[in-house]
Amino acid sequence: MSEPALSFLDRPNSYIGRSVPRPNARRLVQGRGAYVDDLRLPRMAHVAFLRSPRAHARIVRIDTAAAKAAPGVVAVVTGEDLAGICKPWVAVLSHFKGLRSPPQHPLAIGWLRWAGEPFCAVVAASRAEAEDAVALIDAELEPLPVAVDMEAALAPGATVIHPELGDNLAFERTLDVGDVDAAFRTAAAVVEQTFHVGRHTGVTLEPRALVAEWNPGEEKLTIHHSFQAPHMMQDIVCKHLGLPEASVRVVCGDVGGSFGIKVHIYPDEMATVALAKLLARPVKFVADRLESFVSDIHARDHRVKGRMAVDAAGAILGIEIDDLTGIGPYSVYPRTSAVEANQVVNLVGGPYRHANYRARARVVFQNKTPMCQYRAVGHPIAVMVTEGLVDLAAAAIGMDPAELRRRNVIADDAHPSTAASGIRFEKLSHQRSLEKLLAMMDYDALRREQAALRARGIHRGIGLAAFIEITNPSAAFYGVGGARISSQDGCTLRLNPQGGVVAAIGVTEQGQGTEAVIAQVVATAVGVPLSDVRVVTGDTDATPYGGGTWACRAAGIGGEAAWQSGKALRRNILEAAAVMLQTNAASLDVRDGSIVDADSGAERMKLSEFGRVAYFRPDTLPAGLAPELVVTRHYVPKDYPFAFTNGVQASYVEVDTDTGFVTLIKHWCVEDCGTVINPQLVDEQIRGGIVQGIGAALFEECRYDGQGQMLNGNMADYLVPMAAEMPDIDVAHVVTPTASSEIGAKGAGEAGTAGAPAAVINAINDALRPLGARVDSQPAGPQAILRALGKV
Amino acid sequence: MSAGPDNARVVTLTVNGERVSRRVAARAHLVDFLRDTLDLTGTHVGCEHGVCGACTVRVDGMAVRGCLMLAVQADGAVVETVEGLTDRGAIADLQEAFLARNALQCGFCTPGMLITIAELLEREAAPSRAAIREAISGNYCRCTGYQAIVDAVERTLAARAGRAT
Repeated sequence: MSEPALSFLDRPNSYIGRSVPRPNARRLVQGRGAYVDDLRLPRMAHVAFLRSPRAHARIVRIDTAAAKAAPGVVAVVTGEDLAGICKPWVAVLSHFKGLRSPPQHPLAIGWLRWAGEPFCAVVAASRAEAEDAVALIDAELEPLPVAVDMEAALAPGATVIHPELGDNLAFERTLDVGDVDAAFRTAAAVVEQTFHVGRHTGVTLEPRALVAEWNPGEEKLTIHHSFQAPHMMQDIVCKHLGLPEASVRVVCGDVGGSFGIKVHIYPDEMATVALAKLLARPVKFVADRLESFVSDIHARDHRVKGRMAVDAAGAILGIEIDDLTGIGPYSVYPRTSAVEANQVVNLVGGPYRHANYRARARVVFQNKTPMCQYRAVGHPIAVMVTEGLVDLAAAAIGMDPAELRRRNVIADDAHPSTAASGIRFEKLSHQRSLEKLLAMMDYDALRREQAALRARGIHRGIGLAAFIEITNPSAAFYGVGGARISSQDGCTLRLNPQGGVVAAIGVTEQGQGTEAVIAQVVATAVGVPLSDVRVVTGDTDATPYGGGTWACRAAGIGGEAAWQSGKALRRNILEAAAVMLQTNAASLDVRDGSIVDADSGAERMKLSEFGRVAYFRPDTLPAGLAPELVVTRHYVPKDYPFAFTNGVQASYVEVDTDTGFVTLIKHWCVEDCGTVINPQLVDEQIRGGIVQGIGAALFEECRYDGQGQMLNGNMADYLVPMAAEMPDIDVAHVVTPTASSEIGAKGAGEAGTAGAPAAVINAINDALRPLGARVDSQPAGPQAILRALGKV
Repeated sequence: MSAGPDNARVVTLTVNGERVSRRVAARAHLVDFLRDTLDLTGTHVGCEHGVCGACTVRVDGMAVRGCLMLAVQADGAVVETVEGLTDRGAIADLQEAFLARNALQCGFCTPGMLITIAELLEREAAPSRAAIREAISGNYCRCTGYQAIVDAVERTLAARAGRAT
């Protein structure tokens, strides 16, 4: 049967491109969400962990007698106690050649390698009683010398954190493309700068949380998890606890923010699962905020030396970078902690034509909290380095920074293309995005305003940052390296007798609006009102196998699976309806919950009537007609490893040169994520991402002392963006659908975070330039700015 | 109040219009009492030291951090949570504005945010955007970037002003 000749966007009663509210948000505004800590199960106990007070120590002796005797205590365990239940893991992948990391246990055995590493656990009737008993554990620790600073950790004579590895270098990648030396030799100007991107962390407002329940009667482990990737968790629990797949169910209900924090395997969470198995009763772990700061993965922590060569006309001739990053004492399982540095190498220079590129990235062990992937992995570092160098180059040859970008961005008609780093672009729109941004912000008028205010001693700056964003990842991201992380996703649709559709899908909801977007696609594809679609996510027993939420894949990959599934369900409905109505299926369509004549739109049969007959009176159907009203389709991108979203941001700031305070006056973003399924949700992803990027640029930093103690590990001392300091953000789009899928959607969730820090730092430097000062470290707080001005 | 052997006390208070009497540990915070004893899980725990605002509830009509107040201190008080405000329709327009403007993503901060905003709406008829931002600056949101929340408050104010005239 031929398909109705209607595209994704043109379907009658299409919900694509409409800012419909999220159907699952109402319960959240009513306080009726179901986050993990809201669960109460019969016989549920609570776990608290004893964490290392030192960044590096040997465990000499642990005495748990007093803790075991404390009120309410169910069990006190050490690393050895759990070693037999949960096998250790090693976070390496074969496509990161040479990456090393030692085995890691749920509770540390023998040695402690970061302040905050869990090494004993107490299970008690309440969390308060568990914490009371933790304080009674007598642990004798022998302090060891630390390796904290990442440069010092590589120096000769440094403390080697894992003696069996010989040194603290976990991974190194080098790349040399074209003739970099010649490019720099012939350049009209060469600029160079060292950039620092501080360590920060996700600070999900809901901390990490997990309830594990082992039912020996049915040999079933159920894990309620505040997490992004339920099937990945299921697979890993099976592997390390030695359970068959059918024995492990992972359920992710409401998740109170994730941003990449909740996609990794954490020792305390694996310990909780092992404890539930050991004790055969539900065990709840909810990180408190103090332990979140030292046990949630940290992110960034890069020092990048960058150089750029340009000719007299401003053309970028070559780029060279040397990235160094500290990842704590372990590569984090299962994605590894080599990814961010690898991304920096791949992404530097991304928006621009340049043929000569040399890069080195080194990944270093140190005695700090483990570092791994957080929103926009690698992107903000690459963008800060690239855009910082572009501004320096513009200044060096006396060219307006917008003009230099205009001359160097890859032309919109030059695609498909391959970057110097080897990444492949299907189709980008940097030229259109840049022109749209400059018009939207009225760049020339803003420059005039800046100059007029400068004359009055008011120092404002304009910062630009073009970016590319990796989205819709294929198996090239993790699967090829041996990680059992699904890049494909499936969507199962079921037509119910009353005409409603249930959609079960492997991508997950973290508040970004996945369920709304999937409902919009399904409603459009099948032809039913949006209110008739119920979306089920986050349950390994209930949804097709999938990857969950990471690397901006939910709309692009999950959405395409939903679209294909919806088309197939509509086809099945129409084939059966055609028999019932004694016509041919091609003459019919499903629209707004009814089977209609495709040409006239006249209703022929309501879906509820179709459902009644199909389910309750199949005896009235002709022999051989058995409508298949449950369909599943899967999707994975295959023609490109990634679908790149692109765009450009701008920041307008005012710097108070007496106090060092930065006022964010305005922020703009133009981005191209292909088909926009729900404009409001996309814009809010951009805005939220930008504000997280602003946090990195100005406020957020995990500060450590020389002994590896985090100094500001609480919410009062670790600054996150608050409402009063944030600017209004204008967002606009250029739409270049990816041809890899029918729906053409690319990801949008990380674009804001990718570009915002560079835009803000460039704006600050634009304000400071006439004063002969600049900042190249994030976060650029008042102290950094006053130091740059020579005032402190 | 009467003392018990485990340093517990009996408190009697009004929660969401219902008079409740419960025995609570002296060290229990109000938010833990509401969540764990009364199963009012709409109020969330974010930082446990008064910074993030996720635990904001109303005590005797004022927005209060549920993690900075002990349950025993609420003896005799009138406490209201997001469940109570929802059930009596006190913030229905604000909640609808949040939904229409997508002023929440993960929703974890939302109950506390709504209670802070409810107090603002009662206090001021026409706050500026800057004043709205200032009023919610003690409630952290990691998802939205705040702009949509400010927009939703403005829409609610405009609708209320329209209704009043």
